[in-house]
Amino acid sequence: MWEWLPFFLEVLVGGLLSGVMYSLVAIGFVLIYKSSGVFNFAQGTMLLLAALTFVSMTERQVNFWVAFSITLVLMVALGIIVERTVMRPLANQSLLSLFMATVGLNYFLEGLAQGVWDSAVHGVDLGISNDPIFLIEKFPNLGLDIIISQFDIAAAVIAGSMILGLTLFFQYTRTGLSLRAVSDDHMAAMAVGIPLNRIWAIVWAVTGVICLIAGLLWGDRVSVSFTLTAAVLKGLPVILIGGLTSIPGAIVGGLIIGASEKLGEIYLAEYFGGQGIEHWWAYTTALIFLMIRPTGIFGEKEIERV
Amino acid sequence: MSTDTPILSIKNIEVLYSRVISALHGVSIEVQKGEVVSLLGANGAGKTTTCKAVSRLLEAERGEVSKGSIEYNGVDIKTMSPYDMVKAGVVQVLEGRHIFGHLTVEENLLTGSFIRNADSASVKRDLEYVYSRFNRIKDRRKNLGGLCSGGEQQMVAMGRAMMAKPNLILLDEPSMGLAPQLIEEIFEIVKTLNEEDGVSFLVSEQNANIALKYAKIGYIIENGRVVLKGSAKELSESDSVKEMYMGGGGDEVSFSDVKYYHRRRPCMV
Amino acid sequence: MYYREAGRLVKSFADDRRMLPLKEDRLLSTLFVVGVMYILVTAFASDYLLSAIFIPMMVLGVATLGLNIATGYTGQLSLGTAGFMSFGAFAAFNLVLRVDWMYIPLAFFLAGVIAGLVGIVFGLPALRIKGFYLIVSTLAAQFFSEWIFNAYPWFLNYTTSGVVNLPPFHYRVFPFQELTPLNDAFWHSSRGRYLITLTITIALIVACKNMVRSSTGRNWMAVRDMDIAANVIGISVAKTKLMAFFVSTFYCGVAGAMYSYCYIGNLDFMIFNLRRSFLVMFMVIVGGLGSILGSFLGAIFVYGWPILITRLGDWIFGGGTLDTAFVENNSKIVVGTIIIVLLIREPGGFAALWNTTKQKLRVWPFSK
Repeated sequence: MWEWLPFFLEVLVGGLLSGVMYSLVAIGFVLIYKSSGVFNFAQGTMLLLAALTFVSMTERQVNFWVAFSITLVLMVALGIIVERTVMRPLANQSLLSLFMATVGLNYFLEGLAQGVWDSAVHGVDLGISNDPIFLIEKFPNLGLDIIISQFDIAAAVIAGSMILGLTLFFQYTRTGLSLRAVSDDHMAAMAVGIPLNRIWAIVWAVTGVICLIAGLLWGDRVSVSFTLTAAVLKGLPVILIGGLTSIPGAIVGGLIIGASEKLGEIYLAEYFGGQGIEHWWAYTTALIFLMIRPTGIFGEKEIERV
Repeated sequence: MSTDTPILSIKNIEVLYSRVISALHGVSIEVQKGEVVSLLGANGAGKTTTCKAVSRLLEAERGEVSKGSIEYNGVDIKTMSPYDMVKAGVVQVLEGRHIFGHLTVEENLLTGSFIRNADSASVKRDLEYVYSRFNRIKDRRKNLGGLCSGGEQQMVAMGRAMMAKPNLILLDEPSMGLAPQLIEEIFEIVKTLNEEDGVSFLVSEQNANIALKYAKIGYIIENGRVVLKGSAKELSESDSVKEMYMGGGGDEVSFSDVKYYHRRRPCMV
Repeated sequence: MYYREAGRLVKSFADDRRMLPLKEDRLLSTLFVVGVMYILVTAFASDYLLSAIFIPMMVLGVATLGLNIATGYTGQLSLGTAGFMSFGAFAAFNLVLRVDWMYIPLAFFLAGVIAGLVGIVFGLPALRIKGFYLIVSTLAAQFFSEWIFNAYPWFLNYTTSGVVNLPPFHYRVFPFQELTPLNDAFWHSSRGRYLITLTITIALIVACKNMVRSSTGRNWMAVRDMDIAANVIGISVAKTKLMAFFVSTFYCGVAGAMYSYCYIGNLDFMIFNLRRSFLVMFMVIVGGLGSILGSFLGAIFVYGWPILITRLGDWIFGGGTLDTAFVENNSKIVVGTIIIVLLIREPGGFAALWNTTKQKLRVWPFSK
């Protein structure tokens, strides 16, 4: 009677692990939205740019760590430049204009990434083994016959520690406290002399770093090519479920989307003509959650007054 | 005293919002070191705009000082950012408190100290000092700012400003929405900070009674223009001020007589 | 401009409510539409100009107008434009295919209605979800459309290749028109398709202009500016939002039908992908939110820029030197930059630039 359970668990665990990768993309979103109210659509392309820059260098025989550091510096620089040239002149504009600016930025970076490098498909090898783990061999007394991808676990660990690090950073450092102050009340933050621009630049730079890590993990998993920009589309339902302003929300949202995507693919797809429903399924899941809680699970409720 | 450079001197400034809406036209104010100066006026007279012009927060609201100059300790502040102003020792306590609702009281206070890059020991000392001045908020240090009462929030906002060790505090409408007793308490603290810590204050107020009680000099601002200036004593005895801002004073006066000072040119300092 | 706009007194309500209050405006626009668009272009433009420039620009302009109704006029962000277009395209195809007496204008109209109903379904969440959270719904529409036309081959009449060529199917342009080779040849030619597109586009522009300046449009804008305030003064926010979604997707649906029938001449669900949705969104931003003229200016610019670059490249460096990847990346960079610069300098887009120019011309040369 329980023979479906191991398979169900296998699917669920696979889904949860890939959900952590979604969370990683989503956190960049949340950081920028929280601190400046910008819904950064260029996230996916920044991911692509980072991964493409890294890959193009390693393919030209640059050492892994050298390439990594150069890309890191470049992404931080990109974040700061974006803050200077795009976000600062647009401060105090409507949220829609800011969103559209990032859509423009997205287009710009897309052209730039593929113009400077190329639009071919590259592979990344981070040296993480891709062999599956048979849980029953490792832990026979659990009695579960489940296969888990080793890569998924490694990726989830990396993503998870990034998330943990960021959370600690924002909870306990001065910069983190300033960031939370800024996201609470721009005007008050300026009045006590918190330099908004510097905080925004830091946030964009941190997002650049997150993009690099996420880009490499995603790149190893699905290859580095234009399709990597689709990561942003995976991240969207995640943050919308979690609430645009919440880091824990991004994590929970990622797990929910990851699990529901895999489960839907396995158990529901056959009722829908059997072909890839995962694209719209994630969004439908998000929609169901939002109908219950219109600002996501952990999102701040907006208080509206006439 | 008057021979020294004033700590703040606003010279005939004009402020435009979005390059078209003129909010101030001809405001001149001087604050000497160690003085409490109060700026009186009704809603929309331009008190907040004057404060924001000094703290440079105006630019965040698409406003700009288009004419005149503002000098802090004799230095023109035209090119300075809000950050520079706080660094130089001018902190504004915003109207309506504006404390960080999702941060605790203590975290709120800490944000005020970031500007000085102080080490944690001295920050701790300052915290204790602020708690000693505002002992009401000491018990609430772990509470979320948003859950504090209005009076406590006002104290948090002022304490947060004090954490930056300012020379001049621009206190915008501290009495807003507070009970008379609390207003008295807040102004007593202002007095202590002024007398014992040597902080100068520019206090904008609608409540002329209390503001003139604690201030040395008063300015009356109306429709974006300074219309009257004088020592607190002079002003509180002036009939027109009594009539307009203190809720009656003596006999019924005809409306056209009261408004006599409207027709005078704005006073230049 | 060069005729006086001041000092015209309106003497009746009808005069006051005219779409173009100035006689000169009316004359000029009639001249432009009839003289230039209908007569000159139809008579002299080459096949290339018609089918690669005029038709797509008008079709995309209509789609942009559709998105502008939802986003620019009603403030509901939508990223599912191409998805809604595909609903229109597939509806039109199946109507023409399966209903014997169907003719093109009716098919397009019904396609618009069907797309509009789909739009209402995906607009329903807007009653509860606001702001950025709403893009989840329109993106769901986008991905759902991409999936459903792929998963159910019925929509494509079980064509194995996944693409249906449309011209081999006969279609009537007028009711009860006979399907003769001569008729077919004309209406399938670029000239015939141009005339169909032009007429429908003009009808849609006039309809939109009238909606925007009547209570329908005012309700949209009230909801856009602040929906709670709109609600308080007695506007039904739910009805207004759904109406906006319906009209918006109606326009997108018709644009989709025209896209497949009049422009590319085949039906392919791969074309209506997310990238196209974004392209339409760029057209809205570049042209100007909440502007009919801007919708078309945006469409002309965003669609025309890569063509212009290619042509210029061919002209300067000789034919075929610039490879497509270069042109594509270049136009992405340029369009991206222009969007950002426009948002910083002129958030109203080309439409606002046009208005400024007009204003300057009014007083030129006496003042600047």
